[in-house]
Amino acid sequence: MWEYTKQVRDLFLHPKNVGEVEHPDAVGEVGSIICGDALKLTLKIDKETGRILDAKFQTFGCASAIASSSALTELVKGKTLDEALNITNKDIADFLGGLPEEKMHCSVMGQEALDAAIANYRGKAPVRESGERVVCKCFEVTEEKIRKVITENRLTTVEEVTNYTKAGGGCGTCIPEIEAILKSIWALKPLPEKPKKSGRLTNLQKIALIQDVIEREIRPRLQADNGDIELIDVEGPQVIVALRAMCVGCPMGGVTIKGIEEKLRELVSSDIVVEARTE
Amino acid sequence: MTTPIYLDNNATTSVAAEVLEAMLPYLKELYGNASSMHTFGGQLGPRLRAAREKVAALIGAEPDEIIFTSCGSESDNTAVMSALEVNPHKRHIITTRVEHPAVYNFCKHLARKGYRVTFLPVDNMGRLSLDAFYKALDDETAIVSIMYANNETGVIFPIEEIGTVLKERGILFHTDAVQAVGKIPLDMKTLPVDMLSLSGHKLHAPKGIGALYIRKGTRFYPYIIGGHQEHSRRAGTENVASIIGLGEACKVSMQQFGTEHAHLSMLRDKLENSLLANCPDARVNGDRVDRLPNTTNISFEYVEGEAILLRLDEYGICASSGSACASGALEPSHVLRAMGVPFTALHGSIRFSLSRYNNEAEIDKVIEVLPPIIKDLRMLSPYGRENLAGQVCK
Repeated sequence: MWEYTKQVRDLFLHPKNVGEVEHPDAVGEVGSIICGDALKLTLKIDKETGRILDAKFQTFGCASAIASSSALTELVKGKTLDEALNITNKDIADFLGGLPEEKMHCSVMGQEALDAAIANYRGKAPVRESGERVVCKCFEVTEEKIRKVITENRLTTVEEVTNYTKAGGGCGTCIPEIEAILKSIWALKPLPEKPKKSGRLTNLQKIALIQDVIEREIRPRLQADNGDIELIDVEGPQVIVALRAMCVGCPMGGVTIKGIEEKLRELVSSDIVVEARTE
Repeated sequence: MTTPIYLDNNATTSVAAEVLEAMLPYLKELYGNASSMHTFGGQLGPRLRAAREKVAALIGAEPDEIIFTSCGSESDNTAVMSALEVNPHKRHIITTRVEHPAVYNFCKHLARKGYRVTFLPVDNMGRLSLDAFYKALDDETAIVSIMYANNETGVIFPIEEIGTVLKERGILFHTDAVQAVGKIPLDMKTLPVDMLSLSGHKLHAPKGIGALYIRKGTRFYPYIIGGHQEHSRRAGTENVASIIGLGEACKVSMQQFGTEHAHLSMLRDKLENSLLANCPDARVNGDRVDRLPNTTNISFEYVEGEAILLRLDEYGICASSGSACASGALEPSHVLRAMGVPFTALHGSIRFSLSRYNNEAEIDKVIEVLPPIIKDLRMLSPYGRENLAGQVCK
């Protein structure tokens, strides 16, 4: 069972602003019945001031989708369009006192519907018809959306991207593409500060992540120089590795270890210390 | 929380009062190890034997054809693995697209290990394609594993017909009967099945106990290897209290068979028919003829299952859903998808599964509160509004 906050339960059981505003000035429709959730947002907008006078929603979806939609309408009412455009999915989740990680895509759906409605009001084509490249075919998630959600929420793993956008949660064929997008984003910038996340890794997850980074980031480079590396043990922040093949006795060993440590600190946890075991 | 109206018995059942009572001495004073040389432990042997006899009796088996396991999943994994171990040169497995994960995901795992797996399709009523089954059989087939009755829809498969074919061809046949045992009569004397899985907590015994029937003469290889327990067919110190509990549960189940079946199907049919009549765009998933007496799977189109469940939860009504959101996965039930249930109905499926402890007042409560919930959620949904015009959910 999901651990929903009181706010989610309240807005799910007694949603506010249900329905369609009469003669709406803006309509935003996102999601589909195939994907399992969909939201139709209608807005009444004061043309003079650009202020949102009324907002209503219709949602097909689970409790958190309904609560997120209702929260969205509460958040936008009385705001100008420009103010409304600053609302992020995180604002929606915060309004609800938080959402389970796996349900964050519900808040993203709310933000998308708002963007779509405002684009509709301003006479722009909705993203879906703009020829954007669809990465996840199962849930029709575009590259633009994935990039936006990754940067705004500082996501670093495919699993997180799936929780926030659903992308990769179906057949899974797009997972390498999502990995490539993640890489392309975070390779250019320093990794985001995420103290909350690193503390929540279980030991097993941490070991798996370290193994993964070694396999994908470190081994190929060492192997290119006829070297190799093996993960021996992880004890708290201490990561013990063995250098193999041409790395054994290589005078650059110390530099290599430092580089591995930097990479692991960047991608796994900032307190990692790498030690080489000699055999 | 007030006493729940518990209609989720295919997920798990309450421990019957008789079962708990039978178990308690073995959790208190009779804590010995049945393998011990002293009388204190050794006295448990005859009691375990009596429990084994009761389990065997429920399915018309011989006591030494039963081994106790930790759960239905272990029984399933053991059966499939054993068949592969005793047929090392045969690398083909046949199962279905609607199996329980204990077989379905295990077979997918074996496929990744290099085994060839055929997942048989079902039709839109959830019925197995026998045509596809005949075509899939070949000389490489080590085992066929097909569930007796589906956990989500209750649809019963033609196990006897399949078993007869396999017996002629000398191919091992396992059936996951976790949902069938205790709900419908089974007789291993006439049923042509080599191995059969059952689970305690689906028939009012506690969680953590299961059994595997292995027909006498069937070549077998253990899955859990260690001590000599269960005649070296399943290592691990006997879970004495739970084995006693499973025995008692099987005995109670056997005593109640005739009356329970009629009681369950009467309540189930009342629930199903009322909901179909009082909610627009409701449909039953699965064959309504060859079906377990306690199960109904109904889709309410244009609404989402988790939302329905949480609204029901406000009344203390417990059911389950094949919706993606309800499971934590992003994709809806593999069973309903294999059946080709339309997307408008896929996310709004609700399974009610009854037990002998349900009564008519509980069913009436569901019939009273669910139609307004559906109506309310339909009003929230952007879909299916045109169909709603003129129709009122009472």
